[in-house]
Amino acid sequence: MTTPISASAPRPPHQVLDAGDITRIVTRIAHEIVERAKGADDVVLLGIHTRGVHLARRLQARLNQVAGREIPLGTLDITMYRDDLRLKPARALEHTEIPAEGIDGKLVILVDDVLFSGRTIRAALDALSDIGRPRAVQLAVLVDRGHRELPIRADYVGKNLPTSLREAVQVQLADTDGRDAVLVGDRDYAARSSQALAAQPSDPHLPE
Amino acid sequence: MTSYLIRNVQILGGAPQDILIADGVFREIGTGLTAEADIDIDGHGLIALPGLVDLHTHLREPGREDAETVLTGTQAAAKGGYTAVHAMANTFPVADTAGVVEQVWRLGQESGYCDVQPVGAVTVGLEGKKLAELGAMHDSAAGVRVFSDDGKCVDDAVIMRRALEYVKAFDGVVAQHAQEPRLTEGAQMNEGQVSGELGLGGWPAVAEEAIIARDVLLAAHVGSRLHVCHLSTAGSVEIVRWAKAKGWDVTAEVTPHHLLLTDELVRSYDPVYKVNPPLRTAADVEALRAALADGTIDAVATDHAPHPAEDKDCEWAVAAMGMVGLETALSVVQQTMVDTGLLNWEGVADRMSHRPARIGRLTGHGRPVSVGEPANLVLFDPAYRGLVDPDSFATRSRNTPYRGLDLPGRVHATFLRGTATVLAGELAEQGGLK
Amino acid sequence: MKRHLVSTADLSRDDALLILDTAEELAHLSGRSVKKLPTLRGRTVVNLFFEDSTRTKTSFEVAEKRLSADVINFSAKGSSVSKGESLKDTALTLQAMGADAVVIRHHASGAPARLAGSDWLHGSVINAGDGTHEHPTQALLDAFTIRRHLNPGTGHDLAGRRVAIVGDVLHSRVARSNVHLLTTLGAEVTFVAPPTLLPIGIENWPCQVSYDLDAVLPKTDALMMLRVQRERMNAAFFPTEREYSRRYGMNGIRMAQLPEHAIVMHPGPMVRGMEITAEVADSPRCTAVEQVANGVSVRMAVLYLLLGGAVFADAPADASRTDSPEAAK
Ligand SMILES: [Zn+2]
Repeated sequence: MTTPISASAPRPPHQVLDAGDITRIVTRIAHEIVERAKGADDVVLLGIHTRGVHLARRLQARLNQVAGREIPLGTLDITMYRDDLRLKPARALEHTEIPAEGIDGKLVILVDDVLFSGRTIRAALDALSDIGRPRAVQLAVLVDRGHRELPIRADYVGKNLPTSLREAVQVQLADTDGRDAVLVGDRDYAARSSQALAAQPSDPHLPE
Repeated sequence: MTSYLIRNVQILGGAPQDILIADGVFREIGTGLTAEADIDIDGHGLIALPGLVDLHTHLREPGREDAETVLTGTQAAAKGGYTAVHAMANTFPVADTAGVVEQVWRLGQESGYCDVQPVGAVTVGLEGKKLAELGAMHDSAAGVRVFSDDGKCVDDAVIMRRALEYVKAFDGVVAQHAQEPRLTEGAQMNEGQVSGELGLGGWPAVAEEAIIARDVLLAAHVGSRLHVCHLSTAGSVEIVRWAKAKGWDVTAEVTPHHLLLTDELVRSYDPVYKVNPPLRTAADVEALRAALADGTIDAVATDHAPHPAEDKDCEWAVAAMGMVGLETALSVVQQTMVDTGLLNWEGVADRMSHRPARIGRLTGHGRPVSVGEPANLVLFDPAYRGLVDPDSFATRSRNTPYRGLDLPGRVHATFLRGTATVLAGELAEQGGLK
Repeated sequence: MKRHLVSTADLSRDDALLILDTAEELAHLSGRSVKKLPTLRGRTVVNLFFEDSTRTKTSFEVAEKRLSADVINFSAKGSSVSKGESLKDTALTLQAMGADAVVIRHHASGAPARLAGSDWLHGSVINAGDGTHEHPTQALLDAFTIRRHLNPGTGHDLAGRRVAIVGDVLHSRVARSNVHLLTTLGAEVTFVAPPTLLPIGIENWPCQVSYDLDAVLPKTDALMMLRVQRERMNAAFFPTEREYSRRYGMNGIRMAQLPEHAIVMHPGPMVRGMEITAEVADSPRCTAVEQVANGVSVRMAVLYLLLGGAVFADAPADASRTDSPEAAK
C-alpha cells in the first residue's frame, strides 16, 4: 500500500481479500442468514450471473451445513433487464434457473459479488417481479464499494471497500478465474493492460 | 466554317501526323503541315479514329423524354466519340411507320451533335404478329435500312422469314433481339450458379442461342442478310462463327458491358446491373472478346438504354432492364480489347466505325481517315485515367454500371463533318450543323 | 454479427450458435406467467409485409411484443403506387418514423438486400422471406428444432446430422436459407426433388442431390418437407399431383423407412395429401407445431441480438468510459 499515486502512471491492482478471507466471509454470511431468517425455512438463494452464481453456490453449501437441510438455489441472468444495453453490442444470455418450488411467498436472497451503482440489483428486482411474488427480497454481496446511484443497500455485506471512481474492483473466483481474490486497481491501468485485471476479455467486470 | 489543325496525332495508333480539317473534310494529312487553321489542337498522345457508329442506341424520344431525348442522347453520343447512331424503334409510339421514323430523323438533324439513323420496327407495335410498313419506312426521308423489334424477339419463324425476305428489296437488314420468349418468362438474370443462389428467374443462354441458330438457317434459306443484336453467350459466338464459315451473310454485335461485366455483380441485387440480355459468366465474356478480336463479331454496339432513377431505385424484379453506354463504350473497349492486346486501334476503328456503318449502309460514315473524306473523327486520349462520374454525363439518365470504376481513356474531341461537337472533353457550345 | 439478417450465408458458426443458444434461453419465457421482457422498450420495429403471411407475421409480432418493442404493422400490399416506387418511398417513410428495425416480407428476391444496402433507412433489416431467395428465421427455427431433437444443449452444433430437404427446392427460400445454415452448423444436407424443381448449378451447392426419396429415407435424421404449389403443375414442372405424390410425397410407409430417432419437419402451411399425408402430419414424429413455437423464440433471439445492444452509429467507441460506473459491466 505504499505505491505512490501518480496521475500519469496508473496504479497496478493490489489484493484486498484473499482466498481465506472469502471463505470466512461466506461462512459468516451463512450464519447471519440463518440467524436473521429464523432458520432460513423459506429462503431461496438466487445467484446473479456470473460470479454471483458461484458465490451463491458456496453460500448454499455452507447454509446446508448450518441449517441441516438443502436450501433451494437458482440463478438469475439480468441481461434483458439492464438499462445500459445500448452501450455495448448485444451480449449472450446466461441461464436463468428458478428452483422447482418457485419464489412465490419465499424469502429470496439475491447474491452478487460487488455492489456498486445498484443498477444490477434494480434489474434483478425487475426480473424477479416478472417471475413471481416473493415474501421479501434481500441482498448478499461479497464487496460493497459504494457510489450508489439508486436507493439500494445490501442486507449482508462481506466487506465494505471504500473506493474512488477511478478505481476498479475485481473479484476472482476459482470457478472462473483459477483463484479466489478481490483486487483493487486503477481503471486506466486495467484498460491499458488487459492482463492486469481482466480475467475474462468478454466480461472484464471492472467497475462494479 | 471553322478549320482545325490537329498536330502530331496518331491516326489509328500509327506514327504521329498532322490533320487539317476544313470545309467539312480532311483537307490535308501529313507530317509538319504548314497550313493555317482557325484552331490548333495539340494531338500529342491522342489517337485519331473515324467517327464511331453505333448500331444500337435507345434515344427514348418520342415517349420517354424523362429518360432521354434525341438531343441529350446525341450529346452523349458525341461525348463518346460517335458521329452516327441507330435509334431503336421501341419508343412510344413505336417507330413502325414512316411518320415516326421521320420525326426521329428530323430531331437528329436538328440536334447537330450526331447523325441519327432511325431503326424501323419489324412488326406493328413490336408485337411480332404483323409486318410493319417496312418499305414505307425505307422510302421515307429517314431512309431506314435496319429493322428491329429490339426489346422483343421476332419469335414467330414465319414472320421472321418474311421480314428477312421482304427487306431484300431495298437492301435492308433485320437486326434480331434473340430471346426465345417461353424460355425466358419471368427471367431476371443469366440462368446459372448465381441465379440459383439468388432465387432470381433464369434467362438461359439457350434461349438466345436457339433463336440465333434458327435465324441463321432462315437467312441462309432465303438468301438474306441477318444482323444479330448483342451477342451475350459463348454458344451464340459458336453459331455465328459456323454461319460465317458457311458463307452466309450474317453479322453480329456485342455490347461493351458484355465484354466487361459478369453475373457475379448481380449478387448485390443492385438493378444497375439488370440488362437484357443479362450479364453472363466470365467464360462468356472471354468468348465474346475472342470473337470480337477475330471478327466473328463484327461490331461493338452500345445498347445504350437510359432509364430514369426511379426505374432503377427499386427492387430487382420490378427494375427496368438496360444501361447507358455511349459515353463509356470506347473506354471499356480500350480496357477489354486494346489493353489486353486483343485488338489494336485499327481493329477498334473497324469494329466501332467501318463495319457498323457498312451493316447499317451508312454511306457518309465509317470512312477512312484520308484526304477528301468527310471529317468524321474522334480524338481519344488512351493515357487518361479517372473514375467514371455519372454526374458528368450528357445523357439524361445515370444508370451506368461503371460508376466509380477506374476506366482508361477519354474522348478528347469529336468532329461531325468537320464541325467539333466535343472539344477538350466538353461538348462544343452548339452542334454547329444547324 | 452483421447489423442486418438478410441471408443465412452471412452467419458464421458462432453467430448461428449464439442465436440458437439465446433462443434456447428465451424459450423458457413461454413457461412464465409474465411472458414479457423489457429489453426492447422504446425501440420501434416495423413489420413491412408486401406479401400475405399470417404465420410469419404473427410469429414476429409475438416475438417483438414479448421484448416490449413498439410494433408497427405496415401492410404495403395493394398500395396504389407502382411496386418499385413504393419500396423506396415506404422505406423513406419508415426512416422518418424512426424505425429501429424493419422486418420485411417481399415477393421480390433481393428486396431486403436492397433495403439493407441502400441509404433509404438506417435501421436493421430482417428478412422475413424474399421471393424465391431466402427466409433466414425459418432456417434458424428449423435448425433450432433439429438441434433440440438430435443434439440438444447449449453450444452444440449439428455436426454429422443428416438432413433431407424434399420438394420444390427451385422456388424455395426455405431450402436456400437452410442449406447455408445447416452446413455452417455441420449438418449434411441432401435435396430430394424431381430434376425440374432443382435450380441450375445445384451441383456446386454444399449439398447432395437425389431424385429418389426412398433411397434417402434410411440415411436421414431429419426430413424436411417443402411446400409444393399446385400451380407448378401447369408450368410442366411435374405431370400430375398424383405422380408427384407417388414419387415425392411423405406417407406412412415412407415414414417407416426413416430411422427411429428421425423427425419429420414442415415449414407450414402443409398441403395435406399431395406432399404429406395426414398420417405423417399428425404423427408424434412431425414437428410442424413445435416449429411454430420455436419460431417465436428464435425470432426473439434475432431481434434481441440485432437490436438489444448498441446501434453502431450511436455507440461510443469506448463504451466502458461512460459516466455510469456500471456501464462497462
Ligand atoms: Zn435488345
